[in-house]
Amino acid sequence: MSNTSLRRAALLAGASLLLAGCGGKQSVLDPHSKPTHQIVHLWWGMLAAAGVVFGGLLVLLFIAWLRRNREGLPVLGKDEGVSTAMVVGFGIVIPVLALSVLFWVSDLEVGKTVEAPAAGSGQMQLTVIGHQWWWEARYPGTAAVTANEIHIPTNTRIDVLLESTDVIHSFWVPALNKKVDTVPGHPNHMLLYADRAGVFRGQCAEFCGLQHANMSLEVVAQPPAQFRAWLANEARPAAAPPSPEFMSEQCASCHTIRGTPARGTIGPDLTHVGSRRTLAGLTIPNDPAHLSQWIANPQSVKPGARMPGLGLSPQDVRTLVTFLEGLR
Amino acid sequence: MASVAQPAATVERLEQIWAERPGVLGWLTTTDHKRIGLLYLFTSLVFFAAGGVEALLIRTQLLQPDNNVLSPAAFNQVMTMHGVTMIFLFVIPISTGAFGNYLIPLMIGARDMAFPRLNALSFWLFAGSGIFMYTGLALGNGPNAGWFDYVPLASRQFSPGQGIDFYALGLIFNSVSTTAAAINFIVTIFKLRAPGMSINRMPLFAFAFLAVSFALVFALPALTTDLVFLELDRRLGFHFFDPSHGGDVLLWQHLFWLFGHPEVYIIILPAFGIATSIIPTFTRRRMVAFPMVALAEILVVFIGFGVWVHHMFASGLSNAVLIWFAAASLMVVIPSAIQIFAWLTTMVSGRPRFHTPLLWIVGFIVFFILGGLSGIMFAAVPFDQQLTDTYFVVAHFHFIIFGAAVFPLLGGLYYWFPKVTGRMYHEGYGKLSFWLAFVGTAVTFFPMHIVGLFGMPRRVYTYPSGLGWQGYNLVESIGAYILAAGLLLVVANLAVSLFRGAPASANPFGGATLEWSTSSPPPEFNYAVIPRVTSAYPMWDEEDRREDARALARGERVLERGHETPASTVLDADWDEVLDMPSNSPWPVTLALATSAGFAFLIGGHLTAVAVCVAVVVAALVAWHWKEPQEA
Repeated sequence: MSNTSLRRAALLAGASLLLAGCGGKQSVLDPHSKPTHQIVHLWWGMLAAAGVVFGGLLVLLFIAWLRRNREGLPVLGKDEGVSTAMVVGFGIVIPVLALSVLFWVSDLEVGKTVEAPAAGSGQMQLTVIGHQWWWEARYPGTAAVTANEIHIPTNTRIDVLLESTDVIHSFWVPALNKKVDTVPGHPNHMLLYADRAGVFRGQCAEFCGLQHANMSLEVVAQPPAQFRAWLANEARPAAAPPSPEFMSEQCASCHTIRGTPARGTIGPDLTHVGSRRTLAGLTIPNDPAHLSQWIANPQSVKPGARMPGLGLSPQDVRTLVTFLEGLR
Repeated sequence: MASVAQPAATVERLEQIWAERPGVLGWLTTTDHKRIGLLYLFTSLVFFAAGGVEALLIRTQLLQPDNNVLSPAAFNQVMTMHGVTMIFLFVIPISTGAFGNYLIPLMIGARDMAFPRLNALSFWLFAGSGIFMYTGLALGNGPNAGWFDYVPLASRQFSPGQGIDFYALGLIFNSVSTTAAAINFIVTIFKLRAPGMSINRMPLFAFAFLAVSFALVFALPALTTDLVFLELDRRLGFHFFDPSHGGDVLLWQHLFWLFGHPEVYIIILPAFGIATSIIPTFTRRRMVAFPMVALAEILVVFIGFGVWVHHMFASGLSNAVLIWFAAASLMVVIPSAIQIFAWLTTMVSGRPRFHTPLLWIVGFIVFFILGGLSGIMFAAVPFDQQLTDTYFVVAHFHFIIFGAAVFPLLGGLYYWFPKVTGRMYHEGYGKLSFWLAFVGTAVTFFPMHIVGLFGMPRRVYTYPSGLGWQGYNLVESIGAYILAAGLLLVVANLAVSLFRGAPASANPFGGATLEWSTSSPPPEFNYAVIPRVTSAYPMWDEEDRREDARALARGERVLERGHETPASTVLDADWDEVLDMPSNSPWPVTLALATSAGFAFLIGGHLTAVAVCVAVVVAALVAWHWKEPQEA
């Protein structure tokens, strides 16, 4: 628990947000919701049972090894009944019992916990859209749109609608719930829940092309009051008018900055990009140096990404970076 | 036992009748199941080497975070071709094509496969499909959407290059090859068994191949249908998988896994068959629970057709569907559990001699249990949904497909090496090669469970530091190099033994099945006298073999009038009739060549050339059927 409270303190201070970069862990074994706690219990239980079975089989192999090179041929006949009984007992009876228990526990009991909230029963709606190779998050009922950094309130059952605009991706934040694919033509729902504040790393889990490896995201779980403040800011139009470079250098044809004429829909919404911790699906931290590199030559940062290098002058890049970092 | 005096004149006549054409032309036109088996063996080993190099490239790229050995585009092609190669160009061809072809006729006492020319066609089509797909890679246009090639990623919109076309067309005619081989095995096993070898006396190896063949015949059409749909979508603008026009992207997954899961059993069953051959020999006892093992081999294939959705647990299907398939996935564990305990109790109650072939089987059992136990976990739907598409799955299926399916193949290479070459392998290096491969496999794949649990997804070309993955990845890569060393030692041992090994007797290990009754290497006609069988362990029935020798002396069951083999009844294997068997024929290789060239021109869009190839195919088919088999 001390670890947890430590991290919470760090989060509240805001310091870890700046320092951690991509440092949020992604382990299945560090659960922070009821579904993932149950999955981890299931795992340890199955591992223990598997350990017993594997140990038993190693003992049998060891007995066989002890019997190596004994002279003469094996005596059959009476032994044959015993051997067959072992096959029936260990190969049929015990597995049927053990597997029935597993079926009941995992598929009938735990299975219910990890399911998506019944229609309309979630305390909040969220839409997550997979793109090659970034995540878009929309907050229904508000104008807020963000990318790769999904803020949620703690201890809230969130009904996430999963969609894709191109190929199949899989939305996966191991600490918070199982993964669910985003399938074109098949909108899916899943439950998202965090039992404490923190930053939880996630990643696309279905192979989706060139930059599948760099399609990561963070879920930032905040106490509800903080979350509401964040959402209110996120829903506001941009803090500054678009810089002329942004409008003239094709940026606006792919990116939206709400409250300005920039209304492109191919890339992420940049209305509050300055407040995000990372860029390009967690590929690089969001600081002026990395942002300059990203704008000047995106293909060197994330080869194959949909963002083209525009051959901008260093001066234009500097202006754009200053402008974008100011969008908070 | 092979030294039984054979009446020289009869044998000489058989040698003349069954003589193979010498030289390269002989290999191109051969219909001898043993030569075709060897062609399959060498070709699939070449592809194994290619797939292995791809695996080492992958492991080198992932050796450390943010590595730059392969570009993302190269990584995706290498990763895809690794899967495609190992499954379609290595494991299946080496198990059915090489082991099945060489051994099934010998084990059941036949002189060839039921359809020798079809057999040759299967091989040449397989070789053509492999070269075809590698041509794509060589042109920098390799398949790159993963071996299960999900749409819409594989659609024209998101994969505009020709890589996916090489994949789809290559696998379509690879399927033709495999289907023909499967039908050939079914007929051979049902109809060409030695007199007396009723179904219940058939070696478990043959049961495994019968099950595999039926699985192939029923599973491959789903894949072929899927691939045809894909090509229609990609090249002619159909909409099978296009949701904006009423198509469905999940249709691809259903059809693919309807083939893809039986495929897992197709890959593993030959390994079971090899295990059930090696274990009795080296434990000097019959298999425990023979009928249960035989039924389990059939049952695993049957249930295996009802579990495919467990590959799609994260795709958002309704919970009712998932539970049904989870239950089926748990049921399919039972036949495997039966077999594991049958192998183990056979070893425990026997007198095992841990020679090289049995060591590989022990490794197989260990990895099969490890991979099986993690496999059971994937039938727990919530756990599957959490760990699927991570390195935990990669660990699971490599223990199954490499540890469990390939280890017996390597053990089988050692076991039948004396039979095929007439020379013994080197026992000391054999054991060393096993231990290197065993340690290499464990070190490569076991840590993948842990990085999977730590959240590392599969099929990533790189990963950042700071997530606790790098130490394990480094260890995995080192394991891969150890494994490669072990495999190279297998090849070196066998290659050197081919020239320097001690001469092998007909039955150096005291094996129980019929292939050990003929000389090492076997003559072209396999058996001078068609053996008569009274149990499932004919070589341990010494009186039967002496009776065969007497029959030869009397000139009975010799069939020295022509290129002949006997056919028997399906269940009881009573002598039924004598079949004329075709000998060398140029048409299978011609047909396969024209088919491969036709597909290549199809990719290039040269329709006139395609028409010429089709004409050659038709002409070859006509020529093929023009003459009676024995005249051809």
